[in-house]
Amino acid sequence: MTDRTIAVDYLARVEGEGALIVRIHNATVEHVELRIFEPPRFFEAFLRGRSYREAPDITARICGICPVAYQMSACHAMERALGVSVGGPLRDLRRLLYCGEWIESHALHIYLLHAPDFLGYPDAIRMAKDHRELVQQGLRLKKIGNALMQLLGGREIHPINVRVGGFYRCPTRAELDGFRPELESAFTLAEATARFAAGLDFPDVEEDYDFVALRHASEYPMNEGDVVSSRGLQIAVDDFEEEFREIQVPHSNALQSVRKDGNPYLVGPLARYALNYDRLRPRAASLARETGLGHVVRNPYQSIIVRAIETAQACEEGLAIIDRYVLPDSPSVPLPSVASPVSGAAITEAPRGMLYHRYRLASGGTIEDARIVAPTSQNQKRIEEDLRHLVERSIDLADAPLTDACERAIRNHDPCISCATHFLRLELARD
Amino acid sequence: MATRRPPRVAVWKFASCDGCQLTLLDCEDELLAVADAVEIANFREASRAVVEGPYDLSLVEGSITTAEDARRIREVRAQSRFLVTIGACATAGGIQALRNFADVEEYRRVVYARPEYITTLASSTAIREHVAVDFELRGCPIDKSQLLEVISAFLVDRVPNVPTESVCIECKRRGNVCVVVAHGAPCLGPVTQTGCGAICPAFHRGCYGCFGPMDSPNTAALIPLLEHTGMTPAAVRRFFSTFNAAAPAFRAATESVAEASSPP
Repeated sequence: MTDRTIAVDYLARVEGEGALIVRIHNATVEHVELRIFEPPRFFEAFLRGRSYREAPDITARICGICPVAYQMSACHAMERALGVSVGGPLRDLRRLLYCGEWIESHALHIYLLHAPDFLGYPDAIRMAKDHRELVQQGLRLKKIGNALMQLLGGREIHPINVRVGGFYRCPTRAELDGFRPELESAFTLAEATARFAAGLDFPDVEEDYDFVALRHASEYPMNEGDVVSSRGLQIAVDDFEEEFREIQVPHSNALQSVRKDGNPYLVGPLARYALNYDRLRPRAASLARETGLGHVVRNPYQSIIVRAIETAQACEEGLAIIDRYVLPDSPSVPLPSVASPVSGAAITEAPRGMLYHRYRLASGGTIEDARIVAPTSQNQKRIEEDLRHLVERSIDLADAPLTDACERAIRNHDPCISCATHFLRLELARD
Repeated sequence: MATRRPPRVAVWKFASCDGCQLTLLDCEDELLAVADAVEIANFREASRAVVEGPYDLSLVEGSITTAEDARRIREVRAQSRFLVTIGACATAGGIQALRNFADVEEYRRVVYARPEYITTLASSTAIREHVAVDFELRGCPIDKSQLLEVISAFLVDRVPNVPTESVCIECKRRGNVCVVVAHGAPCLGPVTQTGCGAICPAFHRGCYGCFGPMDSPNTAALIPLLEHTGMTPAAVRRFFSTFNAAAPAFRAATESVAEASSPP
């Protein structure tokens, strides 16, 4: 009888502080635990008593990797609460800013965090000693995403130009036209990225994911849509809490999200792609065909190719927005005063998947209650399933290579642990 | 002559959003040059490879919010020739320092269904309250060029050239129209340390203080001006109590405004 423990004390090349423990008893995996020890920061608690106008800037600080996602979900949720709609060029500019974050975040993951696993390096800097041009290509792509966020948001980390109702300042037509060649070259870099990623060696694995993502009537999802799943669910965002619930486990400072039947699900690039393949723009769709990917990708390692296709999609979307841009009369829409208590919920697609915000406002506009569900909280339980299957398949490996393989399997999903730690429910649910 | 080994740089994370350490990876044009000049010896967000200390320069992100982190920062200090904090969390406790002025037990119950699973301290504190710090880089997030300046300076044993004047000075230099004078927008620029590039006024918005208080800020003179723009006392208190809420000068400004019964 043998007992084995595979442990990683501090996961590398993920955002935030996490650890991994797998307990194996007689060749059976008994326990898998993605442990999140990132200390809690209590955002939902200190949001109470703040003005609704402060939520985009405050929640951005939950995550330095995807601040735009927090700003977007917060703005949309507040606008739903206020009964305000932001359309036309202001809506376009939000999507354009979000495209910048997708390009930057995906390039960061593809080149600096994920690719070293395929090419056998501990990091991109050491990888650059042998593959300097490849890393430089990734940095060029990442830089264009950041430059787009600077142009629209003032800076790439915690942009300052986003507000409930729109922006503080809109770019001129000439500023966006000046950026067009950059975005066109980003598209070319994204194509090269997809071709590079498609040529990597992938373990022959498929997981039976329950994919969950937004779906919009005509667009590849980003700022709005219904919540759909590969198992036939289709609901409005307002019903999210009816179909998905969060559980708290002792080993984690993050809550884990599950379907109401208790089963895990997956959000993020693989889910968006599988549920919205028909919404890709023409050049991104043709790139997907060229890489030989099907309409649905269940191999988590191939998420690197899907991220590259989504990067191309974001560039192409951004170019279309620039081409039709007309400077709006005002950088934001007027907001009504909050005469009586209201609430509103929204989901947008962060690079890592759906990000849910729900707020209740008191009359006067003070936040009374906040709930935030981040992509990594939703994926945490599903990542543990991937790990369980990996260890079952690879039980004969020695500890060191098995541990490496586990870390790698986690990185497939680009977990953002800083995000996952703060989310949780504001309502008291004591046993 | 023996080759001098390249300086060893480590990056450490405590309670934070990861944005300040991401700033290093956002130096797309300089990253490979930096990596050629130094040995990136411990940077978990970017690398699996860990070189044991001691380190020539440790960059520390995040605030201290757990007993374990209070122990760990002393270990980091012991291994580091120079220790530089990066960002508002490490320098002033960050936005999570709002707990310092609230009941953390209540926070824990409000956020978690099973509060007993969560270990945390009652306060979020700056690194300097635990160990000696050689330099503090401001910002939420930090500025890329200031980060490169600090790394370069410490590696050649010189003092970093990081100005401590107010955002107003930089704003004038940039040629921005003053948002207070022109639009009556509330602005913390006169009392906030520069370094961001005065980006908020450039986007027609008042500064919201993410670089923290400048050296000897005159907050007492600013508060009536903020109220003049239409802010209620409660809004003024919140304005000083966000990303650098526990920085002493901003904390004092918050406390100087009476907790009025006026609307929020």
